[in-house]
Amino acid sequence: MTAGPQRLDRLAKTIRSKNAGVDQITFDVIFDDRAAFERVVRSGVLSRETVTRLYGVAPERIVDFVVYEPGLAIKFTLRRLRPSGSPGDGDIFGAQQYAPLLALEVPPDA
Amino acid sequence: MRTLRFLCPNGHLGFAPLKVPSFELGVATRPDFILADSGSDDIGPGPLGHDTSTSPREWQEHDLEHMLLAARRLGVPMIIGSAGDTGTNSRVDLYVGIIRDLARKHGLAPFRLGWFYSEVDKELLRAKIRAGDTIRGLEGRGDLDEAELDATERVVAVAGIHPFVRLLDAGADVIIGGRCSDAVVFAAPAIRAGYPEALSYYLGKVLECASFCAEPYGAKETVIGTISDEDVRVTAMAPFQRCTVASVAGHAMYERANPYDETVAGGRLDMRDCHYEQADARTTRVTGPRFFPADEKRVKLEGAAKVGERYVGMAGIRDPYTIAHVDEVIAWSRQQLREHLGDDGYEVHFNVFGRDGVMGDLEPLRDRPAHELCVVVQGIAPTQAKAEEVAMIATRQMFYARLPDVKGTAGGVAFLLDEVLPASPAYRWSLNHTLRVDDYLELFPTHIEEVTP
Repeated sequence: MTAGPQRLDRLAKTIRSKNAGVDQITFDVIFDDRAAFERVVRSGVLSRETVTRLYGVAPERIVDFVVYEPGLAIKFTLRRLRPSGSPGDGDIFGAQQYAPLLALEVPPDA
Repeated sequence: MRTLRFLCPNGHLGFAPLKVPSFELGVATRPDFILADSGSDDIGPGPLGHDTSTSPREWQEHDLEHMLLAARRLGVPMIIGSAGDTGTNSRVDLYVGIIRDLARKHGLAPFRLGWFYSEVDKELLRAKIRAGDTIRGLEGRGDLDEAELDATERVVAVAGIHPFVRLLDAGADVIIGGRCSDAVVFAAPAIRAGYPEALSYYLGKVLECASFCAEPYGAKETVIGTISDEDVRVTAMAPFQRCTVASVAGHAMYERANPYDETVAGGRLDMRDCHYEQADARTTRVTGPRFFPADEKRVKLEGAAKVGERYVGMAGIRDPYTIAHVDEVIAWSRQQLREHLGDDGYEVHFNVFGRDGVMGDLEPLRDRPAHELCVVVQGIAPTQAKAEEVAMIATRQMFYARLPDVKGTAGGVAFLLDEVLPASPAYRWSLNHTLRVDDYLELFPTHIEEVTP
């Protein structure tokens, strides 16, 4: 394991976003390495609180936040302000909303 | 130990064609059922509202032809859910017609073709509301009222296993389903054959997107699910793919708010205690899903409301001062619209690409726009002529925006085209609700016929 801080996109195999129904967008951060998964979970850089700050949303808009052991994944879901595909929605599939997660800095393990 | 084997070649039939080689490899193993879901609400409210498919008929026909010929050759049922993306009546009729045409084209021996509809008459919903039934909003929505119902163009109900089971009981060899939950296409025949509900719904959940549960990534490849009384096994058919513990467990979270719960008409699949193990190089074995029958019979409804006809304009911006003041440019444009057309009777939307056009309110870098921007303008109004006028005024007036310190006074924006373009009408999702029913079949009339050459 590298000693210094690392970007989340160096540690995770998949970082993606997608509609979960018409009113929500869900985000998956998936690892192929248990040590990396556990390091990110322990670090706390991905939490309800950090998502609130990163996306500038009120805590009520995070409808789910799950650390999913069987999938080595961290998953959270945001409520949309308007349903997908409403006029003015720039991302009908919700597929490009993950970008702010890529550069999240994960501190070294204590 | 008894088993049944389910072949799924495509996670959204029609949206892109299935890959033939892995499909043929799967068919060669003689599965007991050939099935695919054809629907999605990912495509936005337009297709439901406008009653169209997002997929060309050639692609739909391509997959239906491969599946039908293989199923009739093997003498096994073929089942399709949510026909034509939306599962509206016209999409069911389209697929039923394609099946009849294919039977004639290939001179197939007689078989029984079953189908069911999922559209819900708005007047039925109005009567329910007036009778005091609550049409309950999902995911933070309010309950349905008559004003929102009036605005709605078309409603489909999302079926559970029930109409599929009824058609299988009636001897259907081929089933074309209206709107339904993806998983029930697969769960219905398994439950009908007496397999545990929990494993049957899990089978459907894992198979519904075909090769999305395999790795490496590669869509539209065939997978086969095998159910027993104790487990579900899922196997990739494409030689380059495998179903691994990671890929199968990972798929459980795809496109859903959480990886543990899947609600269908009839109850809730709970995947919290699922256990995954590698059974062979390309197969993962799953045990431990649970199923909790619903306390109350409720069916999900999807509806789309028309916002209006739509035209689209585009404007580029390169002047850094104008970029820094793009909100004032847009405000000017809105003001000009108000002067020409008044305050209402139309909608206008501006997406500022290069700043927050993709992410909108979720964009953290909104205060750091790029060195050039593209503003996409949508004008929406009851008639095409008015929508064109709205888009034209809004786009053109950005050219004349009055910014106090701008150096370039010959034109405030750059045009790729000095025109606005007709687009599909604008719709919005107006129903994401549930309705109480007495019988899970009551919204889904079934039909069956003998198809003869």
